[in-house]
Amino acid sequence: MALLEVCDLSIHFGNVRAVQNVSFSVEQGVVYSVIGPNGAGKTTLFNLITGIYRPTAGAIRLDGQDIQGSSPDALARRGVARTFQNLQVWMNMSAIENVMVGAHLRLDRSMFKAMLRLPALRNRDRALREEAAELMRFVGLGGYVEARADSMPYGALKRLEIARALAMQPRMIFLDEPAAGLNPKETQDVDALVRRIAASGITVVLVEHDMKMVMNLSDRILVLDYGKRLAEGTGPEVRQNPEVIAAYLGGHA
Amino acid sequence: MRKNAYIGLAVLVVILAVMPFIVPNSYYLDIVIRMCINAVIVLSLNLLVGYAGQISLGHAGFVGMGAYASAVLPTHLGWHPLPALLAGAACTGLLALIVARPILKLRGHYLAMATLGLGIIINIVIRNEAAWTGGPDGMPVPSMALFGFELVRDIQWYWVIAVILVLSILGAINLIDSPFGRALRGLHGSEVASQVVGVDVPRYKAAVFVLSAVMASVMGSIMAHYIGFVSPDVSNFFHSIELITMVVVGGMASVFGSVLGAVLLTALPQMLATFEGWETVVFGAILMLCMIFLPRGLVPTLAARFTKGG
Repeated sequence: MALLEVCDLSIHFGNVRAVQNVSFSVEQGVVYSVIGPNGAGKTTLFNLITGIYRPTAGAIRLDGQDIQGSSPDALARRGVARTFQNLQVWMNMSAIENVMVGAHLRLDRSMFKAMLRLPALRNRDRALREEAAELMRFVGLGGYVEARADSMPYGALKRLEIARALAMQPRMIFLDEPAAGLNPKETQDVDALVRRIAASGITVVLVEHDMKMVMNLSDRILVLDYGKRLAEGTGPEVRQNPEVIAAYLGGHA
Repeated sequence: MRKNAYIGLAVLVVILAVMPFIVPNSYYLDIVIRMCINAVIVLSLNLLVGYAGQISLGHAGFVGMGAYASAVLPTHLGWHPLPALLAGAACTGLLALIVARPILKLRGHYLAMATLGLGIIINIVIRNEAAWTGGPDGMPVPSMALFGFELVRDIQWYWVIAVILVLSILGAINLIDSPFGRALRGLHGSEVASQVVGVDVPRYKAAVFVLSAVMASVMGSIMAHYIGFVSPDVSNFFHSIELITMVVVGGMASVFGSVLGAVLLTALPQMLATFEGWETVVFGAILMLCMIFLPRGLVPTLAARFTKGG
């Protein structure tokens, strides 16, 4: 059974059919990419699966259980992590604190124990800080362990979001354009990072415009256009699909 | 960050410890006591507004609920002041819990309006239930007795309130740098990011709202017993504005900013009393200047400058 199954998923915003009858499934442990021209519905699809939006119709199953309509925090509890195309970093905290909150669900979150700062909490916090620093080094932010989030450059913040998502120890991570706005060197680093994440056993679902990266990394690719599924398959299959070529290069290619 | 805060707290403890010996007379001691009471109230509001990012323009309503619980229950029902204080805090917490979910769904101006309305409703109830509360005239508050001995002299009050202030600050410092506190600050930075890492956003908003309301209520009770009299003004809109101003001038999301804001804006009206009628104008001008030149508030601005220079 696939880890994630999406069946006939649709969402309408008024008359806009942002996602229409999209179906696909993602096996455990793969890197699965979603591509398509701007406005194809990729981020909307992510928002549907991660509970930000509620679908108009269709089903989403994680491990065979229906999850459509679940809140994002309920999904987080089931091991679903994500990053955002437009950054959602807590600028009012330090970089490492951003990563530490990623571990939220694994911590003792009692308000009263926190006020008393009992030894157990103090020790756990210290271990957590070390763990978060380790994750920052893993994503290549070793130089920012002491930094404030609002003093970091764009590319570093993109990776900070990935570190935060990894702190959740998720089974599945949704990366929404992790390489957008990055220079070629940074893109290569993100490429390598996604490989390392996949190698650690986390299923990766990727939205990305950088075709080289997508073709390199992906086990399977879903192509969306105008909210509809255009094609699905391995990299070479998708690349040779005439409809995909048409959508990317214009109607008469 | 927490280490610096502990150092700051140690300095404050020293200041509080020597204060009674350096104030020239009871008039000044009274002002210092009011500063300390306000500091705790402002701290409670800062947890909600500065750290969790949820604006409240009705905080004085909660102060009023505590104050009137401590006035009404002992006077009319013969309660001991301590259970009265606790009952007031429990009722305030319950009210906060009930309204938290619907109110805290709102954001920005809408949340400001809703909390403003809540504060005004509490104020109106206090004003109108004259049989219980004395209406607009207010009512006397019986004195407070703690563990068999009665708190009557200002200096006794001073020590009690100073200890409460220190414990509140210690609790706040610890809270902010904990899993709970970081989740709380996340609400301010980005709610959607909080959701996707698993933070139950409505629950955290409700928790901080209740905490803040209960702290305000307890301090309302203590203030009522200390002054020995309550009037509905304690819960009115202008008091709410005064409290939020203390937060903003001292510094949002700053524990010591809360203290400094409370100290300055409690002292200011006293110092401006000589201006006779013009004090409100001076007060307003100082606030405007603060907003223009120190939008982050005094303590965060100074702290940033200090770390840059060092």
